[in-house]
Amino acid sequence: MDNLLAARSQMAMSLAFHILFAAAGIAMPLLMVIAEWLAQRTGEHTYLLVAKRWAKGTAILFAVGAVSGTVLSFELGLLWPEFMKFAGPIIGMPFSLEGFAFFTEAIFLGIYLYGWNRVSPRKHLAAGVIVALSGAASAVFVVIANAWMNTPTGFSFYAGKVTNVDPIAAMLNPSALGQTVHMLLAAYAATGFAVAGIHAYQLLRDRQNLFHRRALAIALAVGGVTAFLQPLSGDLLGQVLAKNQPVKLAAMEGQFKTERGAPLRIGGWPDETAKETRYALEIPYGLSLIAFHDPRATVRGLESFPRDEWPPVAVVHIAFQLMVAAGMAMMLIAFWAGWQTWRKNALPDSPGFLRAVLWASPLGFVAIETGWTVTEVGRQPWIIQGLMRTADAVTPMPGLVVPFASFTVLYCLLGVAVVWLLKRQVAASPRIYATSETSALTNKEAGYAFD
Amino acid sequence: MPSIEIWLAGAMMAGLTLYVLLGGADFGGGVWDLLASGPRKSAQRELIAEAIGPIWEANHVWLILVIVLLFTCFPSAFAAISTALHIPLVLVLMGIVLRGSAFTFRTYDDGADEVQRRWGRLFSITSLITPVLLGVVVGAISSGRIQSKDGVVTTGFVHSWLTPFSFAVGFFALALFAFLAAVYLTVEAQDDALREDFRRRALVTAVLVGVLALVVFLFSAQGAPEIRRGLSASFWAWPLQIATALAAISAIGCLWRRKFQLARLAAAAQVALILWGWAAAMFPHLVVPDLTLQNAAAPEVTLRLVLLALLAGSLLLFPSFYYLFRVFKGSGATNAGSH
Repeated sequence: MDNLLAARSQMAMSLAFHILFAAAGIAMPLLMVIAEWLAQRTGEHTYLLVAKRWAKGTAILFAVGAVSGTVLSFELGLLWPEFMKFAGPIIGMPFSLEGFAFFTEAIFLGIYLYGWNRVSPRKHLAAGVIVALSGAASAVFVVIANAWMNTPTGFSFYAGKVTNVDPIAAMLNPSALGQTVHMLLAAYAATGFAVAGIHAYQLLRDRQNLFHRRALAIALAVGGVTAFLQPLSGDLLGQVLAKNQPVKLAAMEGQFKTERGAPLRIGGWPDETAKETRYALEIPYGLSLIAFHDPRATVRGLESFPRDEWPPVAVVHIAFQLMVAAGMAMMLIAFWAGWQTWRKNALPDSPGFLRAVLWASPLGFVAIETGWTVTEVGRQPWIIQGLMRTADAVTPMPGLVVPFASFTVLYCLLGVAVVWLLKRQVAASPRIYATSETSALTNKEAGYAFD
Repeated sequence: MPSIEIWLAGAMMAGLTLYVLLGGADFGGGVWDLLASGPRKSAQRELIAEAIGPIWEANHVWLILVIVLLFTCFPSAFAAISTALHIPLVLVLMGIVLRGSAFTFRTYDDGADEVQRRWGRLFSITSLITPVLLGVVVGAISSGRIQSKDGVVTTGFVHSWLTPFSFAVGFFALALFAFLAAVYLTVEAQDDALREDFRRRALVTAVLVGVLALVVFLFSAQGAPEIRRGLSASFWAWPLQIATALAAISAIGCLWRRKFQLARLAAAAQVALILWGWAAAMFPHLVVPDLTLQNAAAPEVTLRLVLLALLAGSLLLFPSFYYLFRVFKGSGATNAGSH
């Protein structure tokens, strides 16, 4: 394995691992806060038990997210020192702001997790709200830095020298808005569906358990609503791509020829040597319509770009298809749940529905991983689109396959440990069959020190 | 009026100081978990877990802040450090990942069984190793052995840190962290026997800190001549040495006379003075001998904005931190952990 490939693999693996925990760290606080708010509003303590269970899961996920995020902040320099030398002054700003958002998140999460007996219920809920907000803010700042790599702005570059640095303009780069909204919605949708799947699984075996019913309702509401909103942000991002990164768009769609009224391809296999995408279902004018909101618009194909500036087309195209398919399936389930709830005024609980939710539970994270593959692999061979090639940014350190292998083994073991711990947590969840069972609990018994 | 680079270097040092005083003590807690012994072995471990549980993640963020400031404000220093010190930094990261995860896994593992004990062992062993490697990194950037030409590191990937001096700094850092933790735990312990356990540990480590400081100083003749010159020949050297010595002696004296709150203050002052003495001797270097605050600095507009962000962020951060510590460390804080 050559050094560049090892560095790229290590970065990809570190990001793919971290993003699972980061997404959960953004969305779990929202779920907890909703449950705790419902507990305080309705006085039904089942909700409080749900919040406390979720808090334990969040503690585990957040800790792994925090340490794997630390690894990434160092890896920027350990693997890509030339990139950081160039980009540090330009995009350090969002990282600094992220530092403060992360601080706030860690501080108030400490209060939330360990403070049930130490602060009043109102302050406790407020701490949860701050965690949810600062978690979202962290994500926004980090994704802004990534957006800059796709559409770099806020500086001039002439004869190998960077001048006119403007960190604010860099933060307001064209991809920033679309990417941040897309990522935030993805985090809520993926986490919502994953959590819903866990509770659906439990309900399949223990249908009347109110604990899981309440939890499922909250998780599906958060996951379902955001899954429904996601195509809107996707559309926004598509237009930014069409304008600023046409080569990435062409790879995503398997579009080799420049074409007026280009079709939308569903599935298919792009063949880089033959320069065509085979076996795809083509919807006439679809791509022009989606990318430019005009069925007759011209879409630039890969052939109009130098061959050495193409990303790996098949990887990008297939990852994109998987992301969209996963998103569609989630929308379908969200629609099913919403429709039934509207008609019967209750969340459906048939085994068929619960099984569908169970099977859909990993889809959000599949969409996140494949979506990031599209963003990152689709930007290759550039680390900063059009400016710096990934190959020119890599560290001269030899033998990078060693840290790559070590971190891979480490993260695999951590992943196994986390799954095992979460399973133990889920197995220990409470059994509640009537609201009267818990509303009789005092605040103190359910976890608050103050009545 | 100092230049803007100096303000930012000062902010980085403030962040590093807080990381050492808070995050360092969390590592030290892990060391005492490993060395827990005697009839109150499990009570010692419980006290440590309670002390660091709610705060270690927030304390850890100081390190991230320092790194972010370094790569934003002094990018070429960050690039040089992370190239030349790739190996120890990767090991530090593995230590950080394992320490944090293992601690959390132990806390949230419901069954009190062999698995949970294994998490505890992993947590404590990585708490022992990571500070040494952090110290090695600090030693290496002070050594003058990381040299670069036209922004490219020319001194290889091992030469700068695989030295007796760097490892002496590493063990010194470990001793300091363990010392801080033991002193803090004397304040946090609720019963007298437990407090005495940590008082004894603090006194022993205080002596160890003194011995290792001497070892570092001896090795520095070869290992970091620039720093040694700064620490012995500058006009500020003697007042600073005396202040550090006074803080060290007061820490020991207060521990001896069981004035634990004062001992905590003196120990923190002692460690902070050691750090700032090092920083003063480094000045104006970020990496001895080639990279300085001036030649590694980012464009001024970036520095200004970051300084502004730091000021605004501090307004948010310090009250939050104060609240966190008041909730868990304040006099009204009870011992009723809920998880």
